[in-house]
Amino acid sequence: MVSKNDLSDGIESVRSDFPIFKRRINGKRFAYLDSASTSQKPKQVIKAISDYYVNYNSNIHRGIYNIAEKSTSMYISSKEHIAKYINANSYNEIIYTRNTTESINLVALTLGNEYVNKEDHILITDLEHHSNIVPWQLLAKRKSAAVDYIKLDESKEHLDINSIKEQLEKDPKIVAISHASNVLGTVNDVKEITREAHKHGSIVIVDGAQAVSHMSVDVRDINCDFYAFSSHKMFGPSGIGVLYGKEELLENMGPLYGGGDMIHTVTHDTYSWNSLPWKFEAGTPNIEGAIGLNAAIDYIEQIGIQRIAKHNMALTAYLLEHLSKIDDITVYGPKNVDNRRIGVVSFDIKGLHPHDVAQVFDSEGIAIRAGHHCAMPLITESLNRSALSRISFNVYNNYVEIDRALKAIKKAKKLFKVK
Amino acid sequence: MDFYAEELISHYEHPHNKGVISNSDSKFHEYNPTCGDDITIYLKIKNDIIEDVKFDGNGCSISIASASMLTDFVKGKKLSEIEKMDFKTLKELINIDPGPARLKCATLSLKTLKGAVFLYEHKPMDQNTKNM
Repeated sequence: MVSKNDLSDGIESVRSDFPIFKRRINGKRFAYLDSASTSQKPKQVIKAISDYYVNYNSNIHRGIYNIAEKSTSMYISSKEHIAKYINANSYNEIIYTRNTTESINLVALTLGNEYVNKEDHILITDLEHHSNIVPWQLLAKRKSAAVDYIKLDESKEHLDINSIKEQLEKDPKIVAISHASNVLGTVNDVKEITREAHKHGSIVIVDGAQAVSHMSVDVRDINCDFYAFSSHKMFGPSGIGVLYGKEELLENMGPLYGGGDMIHTVTHDTYSWNSLPWKFEAGTPNIEGAIGLNAAIDYIEQIGIQRIAKHNMALTAYLLEHLSKIDDITVYGPKNVDNRRIGVVSFDIKGLHPHDVAQVFDSEGIAIRAGHHCAMPLITESLNRSALSRISFNVYNNYVEIDRALKAIKKAKKLFKVK
Repeated sequence: MDFYAEELISHYEHPHNKGVISNSDSKFHEYNPTCGDDITIYLKIKNDIIEDVKFDGNGCSISIASASMLTDFVKGKKLSEIEKMDFKTLKELINIDPGPARLKCATLSLKTLKGAVFLYEHKPMDQNTKNM
């Protein structure tokens, strides 16, 4: 097996920013090939969070003293940074939530409740993970509405263009679609789908959970109404996510939670809401999360999202090429490595359960995902499998780890006597 | 590798008691949603003793091998003995510690078996003889 030890553009050096890779697992160097689940964290992010607790831990928006002003300004600059990073108009459009799931639920529970009525349609796709399915199923149930699915094309790699057109004819009230699939790695043409959906009067929400750390995201270029993502998949801490929403929509939506910070005034009998984005952030928020996320975006910008994308695609191309040479392996998702794909590769080894595959990988110190990847309808209904194995990349991965993964596949096949 | 002992692999490749009992006295199905493993257990019961047992389904090596070993083990056992079985019994039986990640794989067959026994004991007698 030919192996390149590092990338020509020197991105390999970023690996040393991630303290976890000093670890050994089962006596082997730790190889993390499960970034689609969550990314590892660079020391810059860990330091930013620790710095908050060590030097200026205080609540935001209230204290008239030095460190409270610092924490408030750090929280706001995090929002400003996010707004700039995804090209929102201002930080008024950036709502902090717990994660992608909560961001989507927020839309379903506020705008969804107001806007969707009996016999209306909500359109999602066959590529969604549970967080972009179940909130809409719940909404549909509350409102006696219907959830429809854009089907995959025959290759089972991309959405079927005819199915998109056909489903939009029902004038869905809401179109919720992932930017990139966490199972197939497929990147959807969310800009085009948004354009078409708007012609039918739909509100469009894009689930960017997988996309944000793999490609540059420009919400105004996409022109979606909402865009949801999590910090933890983009080198930031877990427990904080983002909901971008167009200001005029957010202005007209009621809040989800009531409490401190989301109000302007409260009397015994009345209340009035605070301005955006605070209207949607009741109670003390995840302050260290916002600070860590800010540092994570600094980190991405320091490397450059285009370089990260290029790196991930190079690894994906290398993996796909070598997987195609191994017998009894089915690879799901696009085989072409281009801008319609991210570094997520799901596969199945004939005669081997994905849990056994992952266990053999673990014995080699390699972390991969096995299971339904929180996308049961896609795996069990569209692809007709009960579970899949998945390798996913990010900036800290290298060719050596892929070679080790390929060796682990051979070991698993040998162990279970797959010819 | 220690985890996959030869015996376990052998049970996975050639599982014992795999199949269906068409005139079973009790039948129970369990499913592990995290990995899609599913197992159905069929029991023939006489005088509260397991006369015959078969399992059917799909799963990883740990779930299939443990179902194979478990069904071997419980043949001829009293229902009251099954009720007393727990994870410890199973761990001794399969002779590996599956660890927290694979715990559900290992215990799926035991959970299913206990379900089948429970169903048998909580059903009107006339239904026990029916083909379910």
